[in-house]
Amino acid sequence: MAGLAVAWQIASYFFPNFLFPTVPAIAERFLEIFVSLDTALDAFATGGRILLGLAGAFVLGGALAALMAQSSVFERYAYPLLSFNQGIPALSWVVIAIIWFRGIEFRIFFIMVMTTLPAFTFQLLDAYRAISNDLYEMTLSFRPSRFDLLRTLIWPAVLPGILTSWKVNLGNASRVVVVAELVGATGGVGYQLLLQQQVFDMAGAIAWTIVLVIFVLIVQSLITLIEIHALSYRAVSERHS
Amino acid sequence: MNEEAPEIEFDRVTKSFPRTDESGGTFDAVRDLSFAVRRGELLAILGRTGCGKSTTFNLISGLLRPTSGRVTVQDRDPFMQFAWFRSKIGIVFQNDRLMPWRTAFQNVELGLELNKMEKDKRAEIVASWLARLGLKDHGNDFPHALSGGMRQRVSIARAFAIKPEILLCDEPFSALDEHTANALRDQFRVLLAETKATAIFITHSIEEALKLGGRLMVFERPARIVYEARLHADMTERDREDVRINIRRALAA
Repeated sequence: MAGLAVAWQIASYFFPNFLFPTVPAIAERFLEIFVSLDTALDAFATGGRILLGLAGAFVLGGALAALMAQSSVFERYAYPLLSFNQGIPALSWVVIAIIWFRGIEFRIFFIMVMTTLPAFTFQLLDAYRAISNDLYEMTLSFRPSRFDLLRTLIWPAVLPGILTSWKVNLGNASRVVVVAELVGATGGVGYQLLLQQQVFDMAGAIAWTIVLVIFVLIVQSLITLIEIHALSYRAVSERHS
Repeated sequence: MNEEAPEIEFDRVTKSFPRTDESGGTFDAVRDLSFAVRRGELLAILGRTGCGKSTTFNLISGLLRPTSGRVTVQDRDPFMQFAWFRSKIGIVFQNDRLMPWRTAFQNVELGLELNKMEKDKRAEIVASWLARLGLKDHGNDFPHALSGGMRQRVSIARAFAIKPEILLCDEPFSALDEHTANALRDQFRVLLAETKATAIFITHSIEEALKLGGRLMVFERPARIVYEARLHADMTERDREDVRINIRRALAA
């Protein structure tokens, strides 16, 4: 990161400021975002939209994965639909959301869910299918209730997959949310980026991009912390430690 | 003649599975198998790989349903009345099947926890089993930190901890070195004698079956009995040698 900042600063000496603004100028714009309540709220609004969209996609994707795991007939119909969905660009969902829905927040939520849902479903289904049959039979030999089976075997076995799916989809969601906020949002990182483009403010554009990147890094770190705590049982090879 | 009802009974049981090749047909893993096991009896089932020993085992434990015939355990259908057998059947598998996210203590605790036993009571039981099996200082270790022998001892403790009336063992020592297997086998026999559980012990080792004592049956593919013998404590070495020869013949047939 430091290397990138140095390279950028050097480039700013050779190119006009509207192309390569200085690092201090970017830093100043970044700080301004959090000094003003309005712009700070824009940053938090985007973070909230990402988390809400991911939560919605996770719940729906998890439900779909559970249905696909239980019923091969359902899977036969759902799998191609989800694969088809994966090929739809985020921008197409923006157009569809604008035509279909009136509320801006719901439009954004819809776009976030539609773009991240297939990955959640496929990853959760894979995590479920990867549960060792040996462990499954061993647990069944104690005749657990459905809830106990879920609590003692399925949940801990799929947890690593769930955490990975969140990490992967967080990156996707941060890219999609900017596009989703073009559906008429009057706040948020996407809206602010559009404003910077209109006034040709490169420092502002980079500052808002950094806001989004920092948000992703913070959430990634939180997921990693959960991972360290929840998956501490895993053996670590000295060669890889 | 024993007038007591059998604890486990197979009545002309057949179990077929679909073939995995493109023929679309089925094959019989168990065909027309009948036998009975009395309460408190130790039965060793011997046979070559693929002779249907494990399918027989899974039919008794209620994990599989017979294609035809009837399996009864304590006069009930273990597949249809699966939940009724909670805490009645303990299983020691060929591999330890420990949950990697649970410590040795929590793995032994699993069956008791699923039986809704109070936490204090189960902690007491688990601690006593860990101590009996020489794992007192390893209760907080995760499975990856235990040796193969220790892991298998955890799985034995897990099966015994629920005080099962029936114990099913599927080649539990086959993945261990001879020294560890011998030590565990001795320990296992003592535990079995103490608990008085009915036990079915699947093995491919003639010596293991002879060491365990009790009754033994040799299976031929698809699971049918080709030799049966009962071992007594007062058998001479010559008698044992005859049994050994007969088992070898049956296995070679």
